[in-house]
Amino acid sequence: MSNWPKIQQLAKEVNSGKTSAASLVAKSLALIEQKKEFQAIISTTSDRARRRAEEIDNKVKKGQNAGRLAGVPFIAKDNFLAFGAETTAASNMLKGFDAPYQATAINKLEAEGAICVAKANLDAFAHGSSTENSDFFTTLNPYDKSRVPGGSSGGSAASIALDVAPFSLGTDTGGSIRAPASFCGVVGYKPTYGLVSRSGVVAMASSTDCIGALANCVEDVALVMEVMSGQDDLDSTTVEVKDNKFSDFKKPNKQIKIGLVKEYLADGINQKVKDRVLSISEKISNNGDIVKEISLPSLPLALAVYYILCPAEVASNLSRYDGQRYGFSDANSKSLEESYYNSRSKGFGNEAKRRIMIGTYVLSSGYYDAYYKKAQIVRTKMINEFTEAFKKVDYLIGPATPTTAFKIGEFTADPLSMYLNDIVLVAANLVGIPSIAIPAGKVDKLPIGVQLMARQKEDHNLINYAKYLEELINA
Amino acid sequence: MAILSHDDILKLAQLARLSLSDEEVESFINEISSILNYVEQLNEVETDDLEPTNQVTGLVNVWRPDKVINYGYQVDDILKIVPKMHDRYIRVGRMIE
Repeated sequence: MSNWPKIQQLAKEVNSGKTSAASLVAKSLALIEQKKEFQAIISTTSDRARRRAEEIDNKVKKGQNAGRLAGVPFIAKDNFLAFGAETTAASNMLKGFDAPYQATAINKLEAEGAICVAKANLDAFAHGSSTENSDFFTTLNPYDKSRVPGGSSGGSAASIALDVAPFSLGTDTGGSIRAPASFCGVVGYKPTYGLVSRSGVVAMASSTDCIGALANCVEDVALVMEVMSGQDDLDSTTVEVKDNKFSDFKKPNKQIKIGLVKEYLADGINQKVKDRVLSISEKISNNGDIVKEISLPSLPLALAVYYILCPAEVASNLSRYDGQRYGFSDANSKSLEESYYNSRSKGFGNEAKRRIMIGTYVLSSGYYDAYYKKAQIVRTKMINEFTEAFKKVDYLIGPATPTTAFKIGEFTADPLSMYLNDIVLVAANLVGIPSIAIPAGKVDKLPIGVQLMARQKEDHNLINYAKYLEELINA
Repeated sequence: MAILSHDDILKLAQLARLSLSDEEVESFINEISSILNYVEQLNEVETDDLEPTNQVTGLVNVWRPDKVINYGYQVDDILKIVPKMHDRYIRVGRMIE
């Protein structure tokens, strides 16, 4: 049993005075302390969280409504700018960085009464699939301490599996919410590109960066996504989604067609993981919906496209860290030029440097057409294949990760093998469609997730079907 | 196969304003070459007359009125995170020898 009732229930209890925001914050902070050995958390925002809890409790005492998330504690991945603690992106570059403003997503949650209690560990700048690239420490998988929690939102996913808060926030640029959700047995949601404002979130690859939520059930994720979504002046890529009452669940009243993605059941995917996906597909068709195999021939190329576009955009975004205006600055440099070199070389870890180098190469004169432009063209091909597929089916299904959680250190010596862990996830980012990872039971005692994808801006329908599927899997 | 030479790595590092240790240079030659080898599979793809995708939700030129909006940001909070200051200016190292 979870330490926490459903979020809607929690907020109701706070608003009715049955429980206090102060007690929920105290409970979450105590649980975080209890589970410290897993190293999911970089810092807590305890003082500010307690003050905010007091404000919310006072509001309730005065008979005011404290919001749809009144008093609900949550944990933000440490690449969200938030008050009350440093925002480090798990990097030495931003160690000690005191955010002068907050992410829009955090402001929206706070406006509904939610309280950020802690900042979760990640791969530095969200570059990775295991949290092993954190410049500080590696988070341990709650199910097996010798294994990784997945990444890059590993601390956020582990926090939910450890049940220290009702929900957490993550970012998903190439699978970074859904992969750790799969490895930790929790629900992880990556929305349509632009559904949630990226303002105040440390940028990684801007054409695929998405903000999403992790929780123990689809219902909780839906409510958090509903509160965070919407257009924002501070992020001109945000999109208008008319059907955004995600927490309003309605049973689909027609027969749904599900496409079982052929390329996601190919070699390289663990057989037992495939079997889980197939048995869930069978359950779906036994319950009246249609499941048919569907092929998207360009899918095996998704990772190659991603590992051109992502480093290119990373190299551009990380060029702002020059040691002059904020972030790590080398104090012993004599000239401006020397300060750039020293601040960047000492502030960035190995993976950030590797991606900056690749990105610089693929964007450099003479190589741009061969790499970056070619990748953008293949991206178009992939988008066209998805458009065709969604003419035939409503949703696509496949595994959320090719395997269960791997051992700490298993892939650190070979960056390319590490990248391959995201092979089934990156396409949704490149195409900009919503995708959710739902726990699909266990394989050899470790959790594994199943992934559902939908058309752009059909987040509400996807969440509805995900809730149905969650019930079906647990039945 | 190493696509990048020792000198290529140094040149890229210079473009990116990174100074790399000898070990970093050596490991990057292999690692980055193997990643570039992997992505070269895209050269085999038939793309005919497809256009590149830069923006995935189809947005073009998002405009806003040209006026100052107060988002509540405080100049002093922003200046607090500057490494070196002189009065209210950001101070940097010497630019010209």
